[in-house]
Amino acid sequence: MNDMDAVKKGAEAYEAGVEKSLGKFPERKKDFVTGSKAPVARLYTPVDTAKIDYLRDIGFPGEYPYTRGVQNTMYRGRFWTMRQYAGFSTAEESNKRYKFLLEQGTTGLSVAFDLPTQIGYDSDHALSQGEVGKVGVAIDSLADMEILFDGIPLDKVSTSMTINAPASVLLAMYIAVAEKQGVGADKLNGTIQNDILKEYVARGTYIFPPEPSMRLITDIFAYCSKEVPNWNTISISGYHIREAGSTASQEVAFTIADGIAYVEAAVKAGLDVDDFAPRLSFFFNAHNDLFEEVAKFRAARRVWAKLMKERFGAKNPKSWMLRFHTQTGGSTLTAQQPDNNIVRVAIQTLAAVLGGTQSLHTNSKDEALALPTEDSVRIALRTQQIVAYESGAAETVDPLAGSYYVESLTERIQAEAESYIAKIDSLGGAVKAIEKGYVQQEIQDAAYAYQMDVESGERVVVGMNKFQIKEAPPKGLLRVDPIVGEQQAAKLKALRAKRDQAKVDAALAAVKAAAAGGDNLMPPILAAVKAYATLGEICDVMRGVFGEYQQKVIL
Amino acid sequence: MERKIRVLVAKPGLDGHDRGAKVIARALRDAGMEVIYTGLRQTPEQIVGAAIQEDVDVVAMSILSGAHNHLFPRVVDLLKEKGVDDVLVIGGGVIPDDDIPGLKAAGIAEVFTPGTPTSVTIDYIKQNLKRKA
Repeated sequence: MNDMDAVKKGAEAYEAGVEKSLGKFPERKKDFVTGSKAPVARLYTPVDTAKIDYLRDIGFPGEYPYTRGVQNTMYRGRFWTMRQYAGFSTAEESNKRYKFLLEQGTTGLSVAFDLPTQIGYDSDHALSQGEVGKVGVAIDSLADMEILFDGIPLDKVSTSMTINAPASVLLAMYIAVAEKQGVGADKLNGTIQNDILKEYVARGTYIFPPEPSMRLITDIFAYCSKEVPNWNTISISGYHIREAGSTASQEVAFTIADGIAYVEAAVKAGLDVDDFAPRLSFFFNAHNDLFEEVAKFRAARRVWAKLMKERFGAKNPKSWMLRFHTQTGGSTLTAQQPDNNIVRVAIQTLAAVLGGTQSLHTNSKDEALALPTEDSVRIALRTQQIVAYESGAAETVDPLAGSYYVESLTERIQAEAESYIAKIDSLGGAVKAIEKGYVQQEIQDAAYAYQMDVESGERVVVGMNKFQIKEAPPKGLLRVDPIVGEQQAAKLKALRAKRDQAKVDAALAAVKAAAAGGDNLMPPILAAVKAYATLGEICDVMRGVFGEYQQKVIL
Repeated sequence: MERKIRVLVAKPGLDGHDRGAKVIARALRDAGMEVIYTGLRQTPEQIVGAAIQEDVDVVAMSILSGAHNHLFPRVVDLLKEKGVDDVLVIGGGVIPDDDIPGLKAAGIAEVFTPGTPTSVTIDYIKQNLKRKA
């Protein structure tokens, strides 16, 4: 046991000694801060963690409050799922990329859809012009989805789909493809992002206003709890909030505040918290400040566990667990000297692993320039494999626990996040706080402060504002052939000519009736998808009933 | 009183990445310009309509989705169709170097890629206005 008074005295003596020598040996700068600009002390000692009660605040892995991780053996059991977000051009092209990734040892798929798909427009819609197949794969109907997963056994892989406003439709397509492969919905593993609130504040692919959007989400919770029991029905995402410029604490706070809103909506819709909460999952960012990021993941688990147990009265331990996917930070990557990004991603990978992630996407070095090539995707995946097999970080559970610094940071992020959550509660919850523009304003202020720090040189970004070199333009970037738009339009024309239109019309009418009434929307959407109604047609029917969200523009 | 430089910051297309657009908008405002930000999902027609209605000197567009070759030139063309030839049109975002000559030929005066300090954009605007502010 430490004699805390003696340690305290020693620490004070240390500080006094340092202060004396600073005249002769000054420190590099006056203020030291984390990546999120929180103050960093010169030294952390047991004094800084004296208030922490190990059993109450940290505990054991797989046990409440899960500070040390959600499984009792963590990566000694199995590694995190190495899941590379991919998709571009047509379903045929993306299918090839998925097979490449599976051959390279990726252990789960993650589907990137193009913007028209994410916003519920068919590829031949006027607003889709120039966007088809660009940031992801174009999916207009079940016919495209069948090609996308051709030859990929859906009972063997888990699939994450980054789809939000039209999540019901894409999930229905996935269920329908599986059925054609002879795989029942109860055998499916995967995730839909299905997190509309962060679309309003940070990502932008909303369609409908908040109220019907929340209903679509709770309909999915209810449907999946019975029909697709192993599916993660939502991935409550801080990733994009961080990319939009938030701090680490804001990332935790705003994500969990959104989570609270979903739980409240589902409880209000009559669901029992323990029926859906075990399938809620999260999605966080990993930036460069290794220790702050590790602390962030640990704090997020603790905040969520406490909320679910104490505020929502969840009894099932699975409802208390914050399980999360991580992606390395796209906005930290530079267009200058892009090879340096490999190093950034390696640090971020380590942060995610030391923070106990359940799955991970590592960004490719060329992300600030274009979509990644196969070579750069391979390096990104190899980065995970090196951390897994060579670094030793996966050999014991939560190796940074007990670090005076990391535990102090964990406490601080928890306190800051809880203070933000209280503020959002006082504004009437996440939906109201978003409608008022509060969350957006907080993120924008942090983003602007970051940019100003970069421009003043206070924050160094290697290769960008320091250590610059003259560079030749990068070669061999991946380009999406603009012909994709025309190809998709031609496919749609053929589909519409071939399908049973009466069946489509009846199915769309059923979607409309369910949207206008109160019945769960998943069954009629599944029927419409199977009749080869297009994504745009189904979303148009819902636009007609629900209306469209009008963005609150804040500067 | 001297008239302030008026800038329309616009997000054409379906792209939702607006961090850069908002940071630029705020930096331009802090540099003393009048800034109007369109918000997301603007068609070229809407952008040109807003530019004319707000009588701006500059249209600054941001795209990170890869649709720049389609959408940026469309805005220039529509401005020309409306007889507007004294508005400076610039763009930014994740735009491959290879695309920049084509965009410039299409009438985009300058293209700012990731890592550009806002001060560079501010100076560029001040020095390249087509109208006298």
